Amino acid sequence: MSLNRFLFILLAILVLIGVTEALGQGQAPPLLIAVSFLATTLQVATPLTLGALSGIYCERAGVVNIAIEGMMLGAAFFGWLASIYAGAAGLPMIAALLVGVLAALLTGALLALLHATLSITFKVDQIISGTVINILAVGLTGFLNRALFFQQEVPHAPGVLPTIRIPLLADIPVVGRIFQQQPITLLAIALVVFTHWLLFSTRWGLRTRAVGEHPLAADTVGINVYRMRYANVLIGGVIAGLAGAYFTLESVPSFEPGQTAGRGFIALAAMIFGNWTPFGAWSAALLFGAAQALQINAQFFGLKVPSQFVGMLPYILTMIALTGIVGRTIPPAADGKAYEKA
Amino acid sequence: MDKYMDREIVLEARNVTKTFPGVIANKDVSLKLYRGEVLALLGENGAGKTTLMNILYGLYHQDSGEILVRGEAVRISGPSESIRRGIGMVHQHFMLVPVFTVAENIMLGAETVKGLSLDIATVRRRIRELAEQYNLDVDPDAYVKDLSVGQQQRVEIVKALYRKADILILDEPTAVLTPQEADDLFEVIRTLQAQGTSVIFISHKLKEVLAISDRIMVLRRGQVVGETTPAGATERSLAEMMVGRSVLLEVDKQPAKPGEVVLDVRGLRADDDRGQQVVNDVSLQVRAGEIVGIAGVQGNGQTELVEVLTGLRPARAGQVLIAGTDYTNAVPRTITEAGTAHIPEDRQEDGLVLSYTIADNLVLNTYYLPPYANGIARNEDAINANAEKLVKEYDVRTPSPFVPVGNLSGGNKQKVIIARELSRPIKLLIAAQPTRGVDVGSIEFIHKTIVAQRDAGAAVLVVSAELDEVMSLADKIAVMYHGQIVAVVPADQATREDLGLLMAGAHLEPVTS
Repeated sequence: MSLNRFLFILLAILVLIGVTEALGQGQAPPLLIAVSFLATTLQVATPLTLGALSGIYCERAGVVNIAIEGMMLGAAFFGWLASIYAGAAGLPMIAALLVGVLAALLTGALLALLHATLSITFKVDQIISGTVINILAVGLTGFLNRALFFQQEVPHAPGVLPTIRIPLLADIPVVGRIFQQQPITLLAIALVVFTHWLLFSTRWGLRTRAVGEHPLAADTVGINVYRMRYANVLIGGVIAGLAGAYFTLESVPSFEPGQTAGRGFIALAAMIFGNWTPFGAWSAALLFGAAQALQINAQFFGLKVPSQFVGMLPYILTMIALTGIVGRTIPPAADGKAYEKA
Repeated sequence: MDKYMDREIVLEARNVTKTFPGVIANKDVSLKLYRGEVLALLGENGAGKTTLMNILYGLYHQDSGEILVRGEAVRISGPSESIRRGIGMVHQHFMLVPVFTVAENIMLGAETVKGLSLDIATVRRRIRELAEQYNLDVDPDAYVKDLSVGQQQRVEIVKALYRKADILILDEPTAVLTPQEADDLFEVIRTLQAQGTSVIFISHKLKEVLAISDRIMVLRRGQVVGETTPAGATERSLAEMMVGRSVLLEVDKQPAKPGEVVLDVRGLRADDDRGQQVVNDVSLQVRAGEIVGIAGVQGNGQTELVEVLTGLRPARAGQVLIAGTDYTNAVPRTITEAGTAHIPEDRQEDGLVLSYTIADNLVLNTYYLPPYANGIARNEDAINANAEKLVKEYDVRTPSPFVPVGNLSGGNKQKVIIARELSRPIKLLIAAQPTRGVDVGSIEFIHKTIVAQRDAGAAVLVVSAELDEVMSLADKIAVMYHGQIVAVVPADQATREDLGLLMAGAHLEPVTS
């Protein structure tokens, strides 16, 4: 991703911090506001970062995945459900939560398998396949949630994943707050670095990018295009599953229908805005996250503007980002095109 | 016969047959390739050359017959199998990822790794070694999208050598090259041959086949119809074998009788898609009853010039007059209605709607006029009658005028365009690369049609990357270099050498006419 774009994002985040400082003037010390703003940004950016990474795996291999939203929602529900049952079965809290995370990853993988089968093997239009999964996820989670818990007391989820203190960094006064995060948030950042390395420095990454750019060329040098695409879509599904786990196992210990609220689509926007690169997508996700952090802070500091207006900010930023005002980004050349073997 | 024939047979096909639904692509084809020889496979488009090579490379599987590599019967399950057995193929459409570097493209599928990471340094070194050994100049760190077509082809060859290929299949390698680049390629082939590589060279260009090969096999309609050596063949005899009847290789035409100026271009300037000025102060006149040919290496502004003349690209400065009226920056329909016919360079992209029927493609420029339209409704009867008539008149080989035009071969697609453009009264014909990728039989027909238009009084502007075509077709030759017309020469006074130098940017003494 170009340096200009990184600078634009940095500047936008600084502006958002500035606005927050102005809102909180006199209510809290400026440093505390900034630190808390950044810590919140990191947290709320997590599902966006993971969703964007999920999209990068799929689309770099040539499969458009607009089903990230559905995969997240499905994973959020089934992860939560599994943790409840595991907790009720007497597992300790941490173990129950881990069972929940595993169930979320599995849900993401299964939905991704469905997407891969439809779009790679049966060559269904990838947008249609993704739409079907999104609708399926809304319907299935909504139905099961109602069927299982309607008019009865919802069983208590075991809780949320515990905060991890990064040694040394977390002990710094005030600023250390940024380095006290929950595991999925930390994992998301690690995955950004890992994905960058995988994509640009390994055999796997080279082949993945090749099948996403020019699958026939990859085929003629003996690379199995279908296998590479399946594998990457499945990895993408697992990562979307992790994003889903964030909602019900890390952020809050509960599920509500439609909980992901379009984050999967904003994640896609982050991926595009980040030019299909992990660090680019991450910085875009942080920008959208910062917009959300502003909304949270605005409420906290009692801004007189209706919160719905501030709540629109991430979505408005998304639209601006996609208009190409900050320059165009270029998708992989074979993105969204089914590969037909000769 | 061939001096290599006492050597080892490295690759052999025995009685290979391959059918596609409705078509026999290869019928009982047998072929032997000896170590270190250059075998040319000659045939028209659709003769089955590429199918046969794709079978040898493992992209298709034969219905019957055998493939032997170094005497061993093998089943080539896919490209990785053929690569393992030392077969490399340079496809007609390059198999390179434009956004990858040369090194990334070359190692793809055969990566060297250090631990888990790619070992670019080693790959880079090996590419440099190969480049030196075979005299193939490639920069491992350049991005493929920034390379010229000739350079990309060298990357493809290095890619095959990197995989230790000693049998190299080149599918129509010169189709996209300039004459100079083609000469460079022949040098490379000779170097490869000297170091023991066997080469199958696929082409439909007779001169090249005679120049480069040790042995020539001719395919027609999926069958081997003959085998010869360059010493025992002439262009004429090869063309006859290929087409199955005698063909006229030279253009048969009378001296031109130029009339009024029809196309008058004055000081024209235009930019390419990236905003670079590539048409740089071009002035040019074409008179009724004459053919002006534009010669030049591809990418010297010819494409953009034609696009400006036909209304597809804006002119930045200058004027385009057709029969005295200003048509600068007019829309294509206005220019068409002024009596201009356009045979576009890229027939797939700009000449036809591939999914439409032949009948519909034949009225793409007149569908809104009677008799093809009744107000806003189509008149199917008139459209169909027009199609039946033109398909016959222009000898379009098709089962019916109502199949999608995309199903036709290159030559027949071109005939559809020509039929559409020339079946109405025209004043000006602008033909860009009219015979590119077209077989010998169709070339003859297309040239005859263009000359007939001239004789009927049309002004004709032909742009071609084939110097031979420009020289035999044109009455006047304009050489284009770096966006400028650097010389205009009467065709009967032009020599290949002079034109070649002008095309390469050399300044000659003014040719006096």
